[in-house]
Amino acid sequence: MIVAERKPYDEIRKMTSSFANILVFGCGGCVTVCATGGEKDAEVLASQMTISDGVEGVPRTFVVKTVERQCEKEFLEEARAEIEAADVVLSLACGAGVNLLADTFPAKIILPAMNTTFLAANDGPGVWVERCKGCGDCILHLTGGICPVARCSKNILNGPCGGTHDGKCEIGDDVDCVWTLIVERLKSLNLMDKYVEFTAAKDWRPGGHGGPRKMVKEDLSV
Amino acid sequence: MKSGSNLENMLAAGHFAVTAELGPPKGTDVEVLRKKAKFLAGASDAVNITDNQTAVVRMSSIAAAKIAIDLGLEPVMQMVCRDRNRIAMQSDLFGAAALGIKNCLFISGDHQKAGNHPEAKCVYDLDSIQTIAMARKMRDDKKVLSGDELEGDFPLFIGAAWTPLGDPLDIRPLRLAKKVAAGADFVQTQAVYDVVAFAAQMKAAGDLGLLDKTKILVGVIPLKGVGMARYMQKNVPGVTVPEPLVARVKAAGKEKAAEEGIKICIEVIQQLREIPGVAGVHIMAIEWEQKVRSIVEGAGLLPRPTV
Repeated sequence: MIVAERKPYDEIRKMTSSFANILVFGCGGCVTVCATGGEKDAEVLASQMTISDGVEGVPRTFVVKTVERQCEKEFLEEARAEIEAADVVLSLACGAGVNLLADTFPAKIILPAMNTTFLAANDGPGVWVERCKGCGDCILHLTGGICPVARCSKNILNGPCGGTHDGKCEIGDDVDCVWTLIVERLKSLNLMDKYVEFTAAKDWRPGGHGGPRKMVKEDLSV
Repeated sequence: MKSGSNLENMLAAGHFAVTAELGPPKGTDVEVLRKKAKFLAGASDAVNITDNQTAVVRMSSIAAAKIAIDLGLEPVMQMVCRDRNRIAMQSDLFGAAALGIKNCLFISGDHQKAGNHPEAKCVYDLDSIQTIAMARKMRDDKKVLSGDELEGDFPLFIGAAWTPLGDPLDIRPLRLAKKVAAGADFVQTQAVYDVVAFAAQMKAAGDLGLLDKTKILVGVIPLKGVGMARYMQKNVPGVTVPEPLVARVKAAGKEKAAEEGIKICIEVIQQLREIPGVAGVHIMAIEWEQKVRSIVEGAGLLPRPTV
Protein backbone atom coordinates (compact mmCIF):
# COMPACT_ATOMS: atom_id res chain seq x y z
CA MET A 1 0.00 0.00 0.00
CA ILE A 2 0.92 3.66 -0.24
CA VAL A 3 1.50 5.46 3.00
CA ALA A 4 1.12 9.17 3.49
CA GLU A 5 1.50 11.33 6.56
CA ARG A 6 -0.52 14.41 7.23
CA LYS A 7 1.36 17.65 6.75
CA PRO A 8 2.08 19.75 9.85
CA TYR A 9 -1.03 21.63 10.89
CA ASP A 10 0.62 25.04 10.56
CA GLU A 11 1.56 24.33 6.96
CA ILE A 12 -2.04 23.39 6.16
CA ARG A 13 -3.33 26.54 7.92
CA LYS A 14 -0.97 28.67 5.89
CA MET A 15 -1.84 27.20 2.49
CA THR A 16 -5.58 27.46 3.16
CA SER A 17 -5.55 30.90 4.81
CA SER A 18 -6.88 32.89 1.87
CA PHE A 19 -9.90 30.66 1.16
CA ALA A 20 -13.37 30.91 2.75
CA ASN A 21 -15.11 27.73 1.57
CA ILE A 22 -12.94 24.67 1.91
CA LEU A 23 -13.76 21.09 0.99
CA VAL A 24 -11.82 18.80 3.33
CA PHE A 25 -11.68 15.76 1.11
CA GLY A 26 -10.85 12.36 2.61
CA CYS A 27 -9.89 9.20 0.75
CA GLY A 28 -11.13 5.72 1.57
CA GLY A 29 -8.07 3.97 0.12
CA CYS A 30 -4.55 3.49 1.48
CA VAL A 31 -4.63 6.59 3.69
CA THR A 32 -7.66 5.20 5.48
CA VAL A 33 -5.79 1.96 6.15
CA CYS A 34 -2.82 3.84 7.61
CA ALA A 35 -5.23 6.13 9.49
CA THR A 36 -3.97 9.45 8.21
CA GLY A 37 -6.30 10.65 5.45
CA GLY A 38 -9.61 8.78 5.77
CA GLU A 39 -13.09 9.96 6.73
CA LYS A 40 -12.28 10.27 10.42
CA ASP A 41 -9.04 12.12 9.74
CA ALA A 42 -10.84 14.55 7.42
CA GLU A 43 -13.44 15.25 10.13
CA VAL A 44 -10.79 15.78 12.78
CA LEU A 45 -8.85 18.17 10.53
CA ALA A 46 -12.00 20.17 9.70
CA SER A 47 -12.92 20.43 13.40
CA GLN A 48 -9.42 21.54 14.28
CA MET A 49 -9.53 24.25 11.62
CA THR A 50 -13.01 25.37 12.76
CA ILE A 51 -11.73 25.76 16.31
CA SER A 52 -8.66 27.71 15.13
CA ASP A 53 -10.89 29.97 13.07
CA GLY A 54 -13.07 30.58 16.13
CA VAL A 55 -10.04 31.57 18.19
CA GLU A 56 -8.77 33.84 15.46
CA GLY A 57 -12.25 35.27 14.81
CA VAL A 58 -12.32 34.52 11.09
CA PRO A 59 -14.89 31.76 10.71
CA ARG A 60 -14.92 29.93 7.39
CA THR A 61 -16.94 27.07 5.94
CA PHE A 62 -15.55 23.57 5.99
CA VAL A 63 -17.37 20.79 4.16
CA VAL A 64 -16.16 17.27 4.80
CA LYS A 65 -16.53 14.56 2.20
CA THR A 66 -14.82 11.22 1.69
CA VAL A 67 -14.96 8.95 -1.37
CA GLU A 68 -13.85 5.36 -1.77
CA ARG A 69 -10.66 6.24 -3.67
CA GLN A 70 -9.50 9.59 -5.00
CA CYS A 71 -7.29 7.89 -7.58
CA GLU A 72 -10.31 6.84 -9.68
CA LYS A 73 -12.39 9.27 -11.74
CA GLU A 74 -15.71 7.54 -11.12
CA PHE A 75 -15.32 8.05 -7.37
CA LEU A 76 -14.35 11.70 -7.86
CA GLU A 77 -17.56 12.17 -9.83
CA GLU A 78 -19.52 11.27 -6.66
CA ALA A 79 -18.10 14.43 -5.08
CA ARG A 80 -18.47 16.71 -8.11
CA ALA A 81 -21.15 18.91 -6.50
CA GLU A 82 -19.10 19.53 -3.33
CA ILE A 83 -15.89 20.07 -5.31
CA GLU A 84 -17.53 22.64 -7.59
CA ALA A 85 -19.19 24.45 -4.69
CA ALA A 86 -15.94 24.90 -2.77
CA ASP A 87 -13.32 27.64 -3.29
CA VAL A 88 -10.63 25.11 -2.79
CA VAL A 89 -10.23 21.36 -2.25
CA LEU A 90 -7.94 20.24 0.54
CA SER A 91 -7.23 16.63 -0.35
CA LEU A 92 -6.20 14.04 2.20
CA ALA A 93 -5.35 11.51 -0.52
CA CYS A 94 -1.89 10.55 -1.67
CA GLY A 95 -0.27 12.51 -4.49
CA ALA A 96 -2.00 10.32 -7.08
CA GLY A 97 -5.37 11.48 -5.80
CA VAL A 98 -4.33 15.14 -5.74
CA ASN A 99 -3.09 14.89 -9.32
CA LEU A 100 -6.23 13.20 -10.57
CA LEU A 101 -8.32 15.90 -8.90
CA ALA A 102 -6.27 18.61 -10.64
CA ASP A 103 -6.51 16.81 -13.98
CA THR A 104 -10.27 16.28 -13.58
CA PHE A 105 -11.17 19.75 -12.30
CA PRO A 106 -8.99 22.16 -14.28
CA ALA A 107 -10.66 25.27 -12.85
CA LYS A 108 -10.31 24.25 -9.22
CA ILE A 109 -7.42 24.90 -6.84
CA ILE A 110 -6.41 21.62 -5.23
CA LEU A 111 -4.23 21.61 -2.12
CA PRO A 112 -2.41 18.65 -0.59
CA ALA A 113 -2.95 17.97 3.10
CA MET A 114 -0.58 15.02 3.00
CA ASN A 115 3.04 14.16 2.38
CA THR A 116 3.02 10.93 0.39
CA THR A 117 5.97 8.85 1.49
CA PHE A 118 6.45 5.28 0.28
CA LEU A 119 5.20 1.84 -0.76
CA ALA A 120 4.81 0.07 2.51
CA ALA A 121 4.15 -3.16 4.30
CA ASN A 122 2.52 -3.14 7.72
CA ASP A 123 5.09 -4.19 10.30
CA GLY A 124 2.85 -4.36 13.37
CA PRO A 125 0.23 -2.10 14.91
CA GLY A 126 0.81 1.47 13.72
CA VAL A 127 4.09 0.71 11.97
CA TRP A 128 4.68 0.83 8.21
CA VAL A 129 7.99 0.10 6.57
CA GLU A 130 9.29 0.70 3.05
CA ARG A 131 9.47 -2.55 1.16
CA CYS A 132 9.23 -1.65 -2.53
CA LYS A 133 10.55 1.20 -4.66
CA GLY A 134 8.47 0.40 -7.74
CA CYS A 135 11.67 0.08 -9.78
CA GLY A 136 9.79 -1.71 -12.56
CA ASP A 137 12.24 -4.58 -12.96
CA CYS A 138 11.94 -6.90 -9.99
CA ILE A 139 15.02 -8.83 -8.86
CA LEU A 140 13.57 -10.43 -5.75
CA HIS A 141 14.14 -13.92 -7.20
CA LEU A 142 17.88 -13.19 -6.88
CA THR A 143 17.79 -11.83 -3.36
CA GLY A 144 15.61 -14.26 -1.45
CA GLY A 145 12.55 -12.03 -1.67
CA ILE A 146 14.24 -9.17 0.20
CA CYS A 147 14.73 -5.96 -1.76
CA PRO A 148 18.08 -4.12 -1.87
CA VAL A 149 16.63 -1.38 -4.08
CA ALA A 150 14.08 -0.43 -1.44
CA ARG A 151 16.00 -1.37 1.68
CA CYS A 152 19.70 -0.72 1.06
CA SER A 153 20.59 2.93 1.79
CA LYS A 154 22.95 2.86 -1.20
CA ASN A 155 20.79 0.75 -3.55
CA ILE A 156 23.72 -1.67 -3.74
CA LEU A 157 22.92 -4.67 -5.92
CA ASN A 158 26.12 -6.58 -5.11
CA GLY A 159 26.32 -6.08 -1.36
CA PRO A 160 26.99 -5.81 1.46
CA CYS A 161 29.22 -2.74 1.45
CA GLY A 162 31.88 -2.12 4.07
CA GLY A 163 29.55 -0.02 6.20
CA THR A 164 27.64 -2.84 7.83
CA HIS A 165 28.24 -3.62 11.50
CA ASP A 166 26.43 -6.13 13.71
CA GLY A 167 23.82 -6.51 11.01
CA LYS A 168 23.05 -2.78 10.94
CA CYS A 169 23.50 -0.11 8.27
CA GLU A 170 26.11 2.64 8.55
CA ILE A 171 23.38 5.27 8.51
CA GLY A 172 22.06 4.16 11.90
CA ASP A 173 21.61 1.31 14.31
CA ASP A 174 17.85 1.45 13.76
CA VAL A 175 18.29 0.38 10.14
CA ASP A 176 18.95 -3.27 9.32
CA CYS A 177 21.66 -3.99 6.76
CA VAL A 178 19.45 -5.53 4.12
CA TRP A 179 22.38 -7.37 2.55
CA THR A 180 23.04 -9.12 5.84
CA LEU A 181 19.37 -10.18 5.82
CA ILE A 182 19.62 -11.27 2.18
CA VAL A 183 22.78 -13.31 2.76
CA GLU A 184 21.34 -15.03 5.84
CA ARG A 185 18.19 -15.87 3.95
CA LEU A 186 20.02 -17.16 0.88
CA LYS A 187 22.13 -19.34 3.16
CA SER A 188 19.13 -20.78 4.94
CA LEU A 189 17.39 -21.49 1.62
CA ASN A 190 20.55 -23.04 0.18
CA LEU A 191 20.58 -20.41 -2.57
CA MET A 192 24.08 -18.98 -2.15
CA ASP A 193 24.78 -19.57 -5.83
CA LYS A 194 22.54 -16.51 -6.37
CA TYR A 195 24.83 -14.43 -4.17
CA VAL A 196 27.99 -15.24 -6.10
CA GLU A 197 26.39 -14.18 -9.41
CA PHE A 198 27.27 -10.65 -10.55
CA THR A 199 24.25 -8.38 -10.81
CA ALA A 200 24.86 -6.02 -13.73
CA ALA A 201 24.14 -2.29 -13.81
CA LYS A 202 20.41 -1.76 -13.52
CA ASP A 203 18.25 -0.20 -16.20
CA TRP A 204 16.52 2.53 -14.21
CA ARG A 205 14.08 3.49 -16.99
CA PRO A 206 11.25 1.30 -15.71
CA GLY A 207 11.91 2.85 -12.30
CA GLY A 208 10.87 6.31 -13.41
CA HIS A 209 14.19 7.60 -14.72
CA GLY A 210 12.96 7.31 -18.30
CA GLY A 211 10.16 9.79 -17.69
CA PRO A 212 6.69 9.43 -16.12
CA ARG A 213 5.36 5.89 -16.26
CA LYS A 214 2.12 4.57 -17.64
CA MET A 215 0.53 1.13 -17.79
CA VAL A 216 -2.06 0.27 -20.41
CA LYS A 217 -4.05 -2.96 -20.20
CA GLU A 218 -5.39 -3.42 -23.70
CA ASP A 219 -8.19 -5.74 -22.59
CA LEU A 220 -9.55 -3.12 -20.18
CA SER A 221 -8.98 0.04 -22.18
CA VAL A 222 -11.58 1.54 -24.45
CA MET B 1 50.73 -3.57 -18.67
CA LYS B 2 47.26 -2.26 -18.06
CA SER B 3 48.22 1.32 -17.35
CA GLY B 4 51.98 1.39 -16.94
CA SER B 5 51.55 3.23 -13.63
CA ASN B 6 54.33 3.20 -11.08
CA LEU B 7 52.07 1.25 -8.73
CA GLU B 8 51.37 -1.39 -11.34
CA ASN B 9 55.06 -1.65 -12.22
CA MET B 10 56.11 -1.97 -8.58
CA LEU B 11 53.63 -4.76 -7.99
CA ALA B 12 54.52 -6.50 -11.27
CA ALA B 13 58.19 -6.41 -10.28
CA GLY B 14 57.30 -8.15 -7.03
CA HIS B 15 58.18 -5.24 -4.76
CA PHE B 16 56.23 -4.76 -1.55
CA ALA B 17 54.21 -1.66 -2.43
CA VAL B 18 53.50 1.33 -0.22
CA THR B 19 50.57 3.66 -0.81
CA ALA B 20 49.39 6.50 1.39
CA GLU B 21 46.35 8.73 1.58
CA LEU B 22 45.99 12.38 0.74
CA GLY B 23 42.70 14.09 1.48
CA PRO B 24 41.93 17.17 -0.68
CA PRO B 25 41.12 20.47 1.04
CA LYS B 26 37.59 21.59 1.93
CA GLY B 27 37.95 24.38 -0.56
CA THR B 28 40.40 25.73 -3.07
CA ASP B 29 43.54 25.96 -0.94
CA VAL B 30 46.14 24.14 -3.03
CA GLU B 31 48.71 24.84 -0.31
CA VAL B 32 47.06 22.05 1.74
CA LEU B 33 47.92 19.61 -1.04
CA ARG B 34 51.46 20.97 -1.37
CA LYS B 35 52.14 20.53 2.33
CA LYS B 36 50.82 16.98 2.46
CA ALA B 37 52.55 16.07 -0.80
CA LYS B 38 55.92 17.06 0.71
CA PHE B 39 55.45 14.54 3.50
CA LEU B 40 54.48 11.75 1.13
CA ALA B 41 56.97 12.25 -1.72
CA GLY B 42 59.55 9.50 -1.72
CA ALA B 43 57.77 7.70 1.13
CA SER B 44 55.14 6.01 -0.99
CA ASP B 45 54.72 4.59 -4.49
CA ALA B 46 51.33 6.23 -5.01
CA VAL B 47 48.91 8.33 -3.00
CA ASN B 48 45.16 7.86 -2.80
CA ILE B 49 43.22 11.03 -3.47
CA THR B 50 39.96 10.63 -1.62
CA ASP B 51 36.64 11.55 -3.20
CA ASN B 52 34.62 13.72 -0.82
CA GLN B 53 35.31 11.31 2.01
CA THR B 54 32.71 11.03 4.76
CA ALA B 55 30.41 12.84 2.30
CA VAL B 56 31.90 16.22 3.19
CA VAL B 57 32.43 18.50 0.17
CA ARG B 58 36.07 18.83 -0.82
CA MET B 59 38.09 19.63 -3.91
CA SER B 60 37.29 17.01 -6.55
CA SER B 61 39.54 13.97 -6.55
CA ILE B 62 40.17 14.42 -10.28
CA ALA B 63 41.52 17.98 -9.83
CA ALA B 64 43.50 17.09 -6.71
CA ALA B 65 44.95 14.02 -8.48
CA LYS B 66 46.14 16.20 -11.35
CA ILE B 67 47.73 18.62 -8.87
CA ALA B 68 49.41 15.63 -7.17
CA ILE B 69 50.91 14.65 -10.53
CA ASP B 70 52.22 18.20 -10.96
CA LEU B 71 53.76 17.92 -7.48
CA GLY B 72 55.61 14.78 -8.51
CA LEU B 73 53.34 12.18 -6.91
CA GLU B 74 51.49 9.34 -8.56
CA PRO B 75 47.82 9.43 -7.63
CA VAL B 76 45.29 6.69 -7.07
CA MET B 77 42.16 8.66 -7.83
CA GLN B 78 39.26 7.47 -5.71
CA MET B 79 35.78 7.53 -7.17
CA VAL B 80 32.66 6.93 -5.12
CA CYS B 81 29.27 5.83 -6.43
CA ARG B 82 27.32 8.20 -4.19
CA ASP B 83 27.39 11.42 -6.21
CA ARG B 84 27.44 10.64 -9.92
CA ASN B 85 25.51 8.53 -12.35
CA ARG B 86 27.17 6.36 -15.01
CA ILE B 87 27.30 9.22 -17.51
CA ALA B 88 29.23 11.52 -15.18
CA MET B 89 31.47 8.72 -13.91
CA GLN B 90 32.57 7.65 -17.37
CA SER B 91 33.02 11.25 -18.46
CA ASP B 92 35.22 11.92 -15.43
CA LEU B 93 37.21 8.77 -16.13
CA PHE B 94 37.92 9.97 -19.67
CA GLY B 95 39.03 13.30 -18.23
CA ALA B 96 41.19 11.59 -15.62
CA ALA B 97 42.90 9.47 -18.26
CA ALA B 98 43.49 12.53 -20.43
CA LEU B 99 45.13 14.26 -17.45
CA GLY B 100 47.50 11.34 -16.98
CA ILE B 101 45.79 9.64 -14.04
CA LYS B 102 46.52 5.91 -14.30
CA ASN B 103 45.17 4.37 -11.09
CA CYS B 104 41.61 4.54 -9.80
CA LEU B 105 39.97 3.02 -6.77
CA PHE B 106 36.23 2.46 -7.02
CA ILE B 107 34.19 2.43 -3.85
CA SER B 108 30.58 2.78 -2.72
CA GLY B 109 31.43 5.81 -0.59
CA ASP B 110 30.15 6.81 2.81
CA HIS B 111 26.45 7.55 2.87
CA GLN B 112 25.72 11.27 2.88
CA LYS B 113 23.61 11.07 6.02
CA ALA B 114 26.66 11.82 8.18
CA GLY B 115 28.18 14.33 5.72
CA ASN B 116 27.64 18.08 5.39
CA HIS B 117 24.83 17.85 2.82
CA PRO B 118 22.51 15.13 4.16
CA GLU B 119 19.62 16.67 2.19
CA ALA B 120 21.27 15.96 -1.20
CA LYS B 121 19.75 13.57 -3.75
CA CYS B 122 21.49 10.25 -3.25
CA VAL B 123 22.63 8.87 -6.62
CA TYR B 124 24.03 5.34 -6.40
CA ASP B 125 23.22 4.59 -10.03
CA LEU B 126 25.94 1.92 -9.95
CA ASP B 127 27.47 0.04 -7.06
CA SER B 128 31.23 -0.37 -6.66
CA ILE B 129 31.36 -3.78 -8.35
CA GLN B 130 29.34 -2.57 -11.32
CA THR B 131 31.66 0.43 -11.58
CA ILE B 132 34.72 -1.82 -11.61
CA ALA B 133 33.13 -3.89 -14.39
CA MET B 134 32.37 -0.71 -16.31
CA ALA B 135 35.96 0.56 -16.03
CA ARG B 136 37.29 -2.77 -17.25
CA LYS B 137 34.93 -2.73 -20.20
CA MET B 138 36.11 0.78 -21.06
CA ARG B 139 39.75 -0.27 -20.87
CA ASP B 140 39.68 -3.76 -22.38
CA ASP B 141 36.78 -3.55 -24.83
CA LYS B 142 37.21 0.17 -25.60
CA LYS B 143 33.51 0.59 -25.04
CA VAL B 144 31.41 2.62 -22.66
CA LEU B 145 28.79 0.84 -20.60
CA SER B 146 26.10 1.29 -23.23
CA GLY B 147 28.32 -0.39 -25.82
CA ASP B 148 29.36 2.67 -27.81
CA GLU B 149 33.02 2.68 -28.76
CA LEU B 150 35.29 5.16 -27.08
CA GLU B 151 37.80 7.34 -28.87
CA GLY B 152 41.41 6.90 -27.79
CA ASP B 153 43.10 4.64 -25.28
CA PHE B 154 41.96 4.17 -21.73
CA PRO B 155 44.90 2.84 -19.73
CA LEU B 156 43.84 2.21 -16.14
CA PHE B 157 45.01 0.17 -13.17
CA ILE B 158 41.71 -0.71 -11.52
CA GLY B 159 41.42 -0.80 -7.77
CA ALA B 160 38.80 -2.07 -5.36
CA ALA B 161 38.35 -1.75 -1.63
CA TRP B 162 37.92 -4.68 0.71
CA THR B 163 36.70 -4.77 4.28
CA PRO B 164 38.14 -8.16 5.23
CA LEU B 165 36.93 -8.06 8.82
CA GLY B 166 33.49 -6.58 8.17
CA ASP B 167 30.51 -8.69 9.01
CA PRO B 168 29.14 -11.04 7.86
CA LEU B 169 32.72 -12.33 7.97
CA ASP B 170 32.17 -15.39 5.80
CA ILE B 171 30.80 -13.24 2.96
CA ARG B 172 33.84 -10.98 2.71
CA PRO B 173 36.08 -13.36 0.68
CA LEU B 174 33.10 -14.12 -1.61
CA ARG B 175 32.45 -10.45 -2.20
CA LEU B 176 36.13 -9.91 -2.89
CA ALA B 177 35.83 -12.68 -5.48
CA LYS B 178 33.04 -10.69 -7.16
CA LYS B 179 35.25 -7.61 -7.27
CA VAL B 180 38.17 -9.56 -8.72
CA ALA B 181 35.92 -11.22 -11.30
CA ALA B 182 34.59 -7.78 -12.25
CA GLY B 183 38.11 -6.53 -12.92
CA ALA B 184 39.93 -5.43 -9.76
CA ASP B 185 43.66 -5.41 -10.54
CA PHE B 186 44.55 -4.32 -7.06
CA VAL B 187 42.82 -4.10 -3.73
CA GLN B 188 43.26 -1.74 -0.80
CA THR B 189 41.71 -2.88 2.44
CA GLN B 190 40.01 -1.19 5.34
CA ALA B 191 42.39 -0.74 8.28
CA VAL B 192 43.65 -3.94 9.84
CA TYR B 193 44.86 -4.19 13.44
CA ASP B 194 43.91 -7.81 14.10
CA VAL B 195 46.56 -9.59 12.05
CA VAL B 196 45.49 -13.10 13.06
CA ALA B 197 41.86 -12.59 11.98
CA PHE B 198 43.04 -10.94 8.77
CA ALA B 199 45.38 -13.86 7.98
CA ALA B 200 42.39 -16.20 8.18
CA GLN B 201 40.50 -14.05 5.65
CA MET B 202 43.55 -14.04 3.37
CA LYS B 203 43.66 -17.82 3.60
CA ALA B 204 39.99 -17.91 2.54
CA ALA B 205 40.74 -15.53 -0.34
CA GLY B 206 43.65 -17.76 -1.36
CA ASP B 207 41.38 -20.82 -1.29
CA LEU B 208 39.12 -19.01 -3.78
CA GLY B 209 42.14 -18.51 -6.05
CA LEU B 210 42.02 -14.71 -5.70
CA LEU B 211 45.62 -14.04 -4.66
CA ASP B 212 46.98 -14.94 -8.09
CA LYS B 213 44.49 -12.66 -9.80
CA THR B 214 44.80 -9.46 -7.80
CA LYS B 215 47.30 -7.61 -5.64
CA ILE B 216 46.28 -6.93 -2.07
CA LEU B 217 47.56 -3.87 -0.21
CA VAL B 218 46.55 -3.96 3.43
CA GLY B 219 45.26 -0.79 5.06
CA VAL B 220 46.83 0.45 8.28
CA ILE B 221 45.97 3.49 10.37
CA PRO B 222 48.38 4.64 13.07
CA LEU B 223 46.66 5.18 16.42
CA LYS B 224 47.12 8.65 17.90
CA GLY B 225 45.82 7.75 21.32
CA VAL B 226 43.38 5.70 23.39
CA GLY B 227 40.44 7.87 22.37
CA MET B 228 41.06 7.16 18.71
CA ALA B 229 41.52 3.45 19.39
CA ARG B 230 38.18 3.29 21.20
CA TYR B 231 36.52 5.31 18.43
CA MET B 232 37.85 2.93 15.78
CA GLN B 233 36.68 -0.05 17.82
CA LYS B 234 33.16 1.25 18.29
CA ASN B 235 32.37 3.46 15.33
CA VAL B 236 34.23 2.30 12.27
CA PRO B 237 32.47 -0.64 10.63
CA GLY B 238 34.75 -3.54 9.79
CA VAL B 239 37.60 -2.40 12.02
CA THR B 240 38.52 -4.37 15.12
CA VAL B 241 41.27 -3.13 17.42
CA PRO B 242 42.44 -5.97 19.68
CA GLU B 243 42.34 -5.01 23.38
CA PRO B 244 46.09 -5.68 23.99
CA LEU B 245 46.93 -2.96 21.42
CA VAL B 246 44.63 -0.48 23.14
CA ALA B 247 46.26 -1.41 26.46
CA ARG B 248 49.69 -0.66 25.01
CA VAL B 249 48.66 2.80 23.86
CA LYS B 250 47.09 3.42 27.25
CA ALA B 251 50.16 2.21 29.16
CA ALA B 252 52.37 4.55 27.14
CA GLY B 253 50.70 7.52 28.81
CA LYS B 254 49.27 10.59 27.17
CA GLU B 255 52.58 12.04 25.99
CA LYS B 256 53.95 8.88 24.46
CA ALA B 257 50.66 7.43 23.16
CA ALA B 258 51.20 8.65 19.61
CA GLU B 259 54.72 7.27 19.56
CA GLU B 260 53.41 3.91 20.74
CA GLY B 261 50.70 4.06 18.06
CA ILE B 262 53.33 4.45 15.38
CA LYS B 263 55.39 1.64 16.88
CA ILE B 264 52.32 -0.61 16.76
CA CYS B 265 51.64 0.42 13.16
CA ILE B 266 55.20 -0.55 12.18
CA GLU B 267 54.89 -3.90 13.94
CA VAL B 268 51.55 -4.58 12.23
CA ILE B 269 53.12 -3.85 8.83
CA GLN B 270 55.95 -6.25 9.59
CA GLN B 271 53.50 -8.96 10.63
CA LEU B 272 51.35 -8.36 7.55
CA ARG B 273 54.37 -8.83 5.29
CA GLU B 274 54.65 -12.39 6.53
CA ILE B 275 51.14 -13.29 5.35
CA PRO B 276 51.14 -15.04 1.98
CA GLY B 277 49.51 -12.92 -0.71
CA VAL B 278 50.03 -9.53 0.93
CA ALA B 279 51.52 -7.39 -1.83
CA GLY B 280 51.83 -4.09 -0.04
CA VAL B 281 50.53 -1.73 2.57
CA HIS B 282 48.20 1.25 2.37
CA ILE B 283 48.92 3.80 5.12
CA MET B 284 45.99 5.99 6.01
CA ALA B 285 47.49 8.58 8.36
CA ILE B 286 44.45 10.84 8.51
CA GLU B 287 45.61 14.47 8.94
CA TRP B 288 48.89 12.98 10.15
CA GLU B 289 50.70 12.74 6.82
CA GLN B 290 53.94 13.98 8.41
CA LYS B 291 54.24 10.61 10.18
CA VAL B 292 54.09 8.45 7.07
CA ARG B 293 57.79 8.61 6.31
CA SER B 294 58.82 7.46 9.78
CA ILE B 295 56.34 4.57 9.58
CA VAL B 296 57.65 3.47 6.19
CA GLU B 297 61.21 3.87 7.38
CA GLY B 298 60.54 2.01 10.63
CA ALA B 299 59.08 -0.86 8.66
CA GLY B 300 62.30 -1.08 6.67
CA LEU B 301 60.62 -0.01 3.45
CA LEU B 302 62.84 2.97 2.57
CA PRO B 303 64.19 3.91 0.16
CA ARG B 304 61.37 3.09 -2.22
CA PRO B 305 62.60 1.04 -5.17
CA THR B 306 62.39 2.55 -8.64
CA VAL B 307 61.05 0.53 -11.54
